[in-house]
Amino acid sequence: MQHTISVLVENEFGVLARVSSLFSGRGFNIDSLTVAPTNEEGLSRMTIVTRGDENILEQITKQLNKLIDIIKVIDFTGGVAVEREMALVKVTAEDESRAEVLRIVDIFRAKIIDVTPKSYTIEATGSPQKIDAILELLRPLGLKELVRTGAVAIGRGAKGWKG
Amino acid sequence: MKMNGARILLECLKREGVDTVFGYPGGTVINLYDELFNFKDIRHILPRHEQAGTHAADGYARATGKVGVAIATSGPGATNTVTGIATAYMDSIPMVIITGQVPTALIGNDAFQEVDIIGITRPCTKHNFLIKDVNDIATIMKKAFYIARSGRPGPVLVDLPKDVQIAQTEFVYPETIEIRGYKPNLTGHPRQVEKAVAMLLAAHRPVVYVGGGVVLGNASDELTTLARMLSLPVTTTLMGLGAFPENDPLSLGMLGMHGAYCANMAMTHSDLIVAVGARFDDRVTGKIATFAPHAKIIHIDVDPTSIKKNVRVDLPIVGDVKDVLAKMIKQADKSRDKAADFAAAIASWHEDIAGWKAKHPIAYKQSSTAIKPQFVIQKLRELSDEDAIIATDVGQHQMWTAQFFQFNRPRTLLSSGGLGTMGYGLPAAMGAQAAFPKRQVITICGDGGVQMNIQELATLVQNRLPVKIVILNNNFLGMVRQWQELFFDKRYSQTCMELPIDFVKLAEAYGAKGFSTAKPGEVEKIIKQGFKHPGPVIMEFKIAREEKVLPMVPAGASLNEMVLNA
Ligand SMILES: Cc1ncc(C[n+]2csc(CCOP(=O)(O)OP(=O)(O)O)c2C)c(N)n1
Ligand SMILES: [Mg+2]
Repeated sequence: MQHTISVLVENEFGVLARVSSLFSGRGFNIDSLTVAPTNEEGLSRMTIVTRGDENILEQITKQLNKLIDIIKVIDFTGGVAVEREMALVKVTAEDESRAEVLRIVDIFRAKIIDVTPKSYTIEATGSPQKIDAILELLRPLGLKELVRTGAVAIGRGAKGWKG
Repeated sequence: MKMNGARILLECLKREGVDTVFGYPGGTVINLYDELFNFKDIRHILPRHEQAGTHAADGYARATGKVGVAIATSGPGATNTVTGIATAYMDSIPMVIITGQVPTALIGNDAFQEVDIIGITRPCTKHNFLIKDVNDIATIMKKAFYIARSGRPGPVLVDLPKDVQIAQTEFVYPETIEIRGYKPNLTGHPRQVEKAVAMLLAAHRPVVYVGGGVVLGNASDELTTLARMLSLPVTTTLMGLGAFPENDPLSLGMLGMHGAYCANMAMTHSDLIVAVGARFDDRVTGKIATFAPHAKIIHIDVDPTSIKKNVRVDLPIVGDVKDVLAKMIKQADKSRDKAADFAAAIASWHEDIAGWKAKHPIAYKQSSTAIKPQFVIQKLRELSDEDAIIATDVGQHQMWTAQFFQFNRPRTLLSSGGLGTMGYGLPAAMGAQAAFPKRQVITICGDGGVQMNIQELATLVQNRLPVKIVILNNNFLGMVRQWQELFFDKRYSQTCMELPIDFVKLAEAYGAKGFSTAKPGEVEKIIKQGFKHPGPVIMEFKIAREEKVLPMVPAGASLNEMVLNA
């Protein structure tokens, strides 16, 4: 099962290496990982999408908590968070397929951010499932290049991570 | 007062109560050593190899319970410490390792003697730090010692570039430290404790399974009190030996791969296992699928990641084992009315255990012509002081020591359990002897492993550390040979040490004393002479070459499928 974990970390040299080597050293999967600074000085936030059964997830969160530079680990299993991801997609678009691409972009409320006579580059934002869906439709038209940011997640409701 | 970084580092060590360090100089720590030259509050011991220096700091830490300190230069000095660091990490030993580093401006340039020791040791330290600013030394050192000794202890490495040692600043040592991402949970939850005691008193076949955490947490007294209060059978891991007196009738001895039959049978038939400071290592559980099939498990550990890592747990208690055991004693005391019923309920369990003990005790066949290694170990126990410290190397001799030397006090056995590092014994004994100059310190080694750090004889002689080195010489890498005999049709691939070494001459070459014999009748005499000699001694016993460590649970088999004699 897929899980999204949010990790608040000290913005210190080597933190990313500590986290990624923990995952590789213990054979945990990383489907995606993003990291950037937060509104608080010295604090960065990682969003990690991982896979495994309940026991593995428990080990992952415990092992992350054990790292000295990690301040908080939030497990977003069970729809308690909003997740968003962005994808940049370069698709072949010539003759009759140009209109089809535009239709798909419109339906998904994506944006064209670069155009040539032979291609469109699309920016799509939404839940990871929505990104999967638009890619599914674009793929048969000729998907030349794809970049995804990986998911970022934030808890639902009025409370911040500190409660 | 302004000081340079090197001096500040030494002042920090002093503030942390460090009296002895094991270190080796080089280009990137030459400034530190220059400051040390006139610094009288710390004794510096120069080993002959940085690996040995790190093991010595580890032995010092295990014997005293204090943080061991090792120093090495950058590059090869730093990489030489890695085996020692990994050894300490696997057994949760508190240490601070200080490595020199090339000047900050050169880091990342493949400078002379530069290695990324922070990257290399990331997976085998509890934490590590690169100090980039002289103003950070004091805070980082305070953090390093705090992290090393608190919670589940472990080694912490501090990498100190040369220019930071030279730079000057005001020295202020912080009184306290706050690390927002590190708050070990030390006090056991009272409700969990209540539940644990209730489960215990409802059990019919309880066993207490004790690991190194009880030694590290200085909780032997609490453990012993609780076990005696309720007449609970106690078995320990290799790391737990000494946490509960083995001469107590409640002791089942060691469990696991080379554990006692009664201990492994008790685990297999138990209906309640209380695991204290232990981590259900594969050498202890045997085949996981059939491990303790009838037992509920209570797991007490300061490290939450140990809990439910390998086996299911019915009642976890996260906390310092000393605190949790003390609370359990109080709770058991409150339930005194149930004590008589409980004693009656477990009476037949004690009979079962006595039966297993009698059926297959840990034993060996004595010989009048060849020295049996087990006999040497028994003689060592008989002739050594009650508080003698034993450091073992890794191999058959280590298991014979665990089986036949009775450990009755905590911190009297120093052994590399988790990593199984050959070459550990001699330098670890050196560290323990440096901490306790007056106590008897004995290292029990194989002929293979002793040669992995034999150069430390020089350190022993130079520093008047009278370590007694016992070599059980089978002229084999015996433990591997045993596996080859049992599981590879006696194809002894590269385990025979062909060349015999004259260990007596070797001792003499370093200015130590050497004894050697192949006769059982001379064992006692040599041990007595060796113990009497005031300096370091090698006592070599040429033992029955193909003696095996038994019983044995073959790798991957269940605990109750022990090979008793093969
Ligand atoms: C550094 C290291 N290398 C290899 C091993 C694998 N190993 C485990 S026991 C052993 C044999 C040890 O031989 P010896 O020191 O003579 O002890 P004995 O088993 O004969 O008592 C070996 C090679 C190890 N544990 N550590
Ligand atoms: Mg040998």
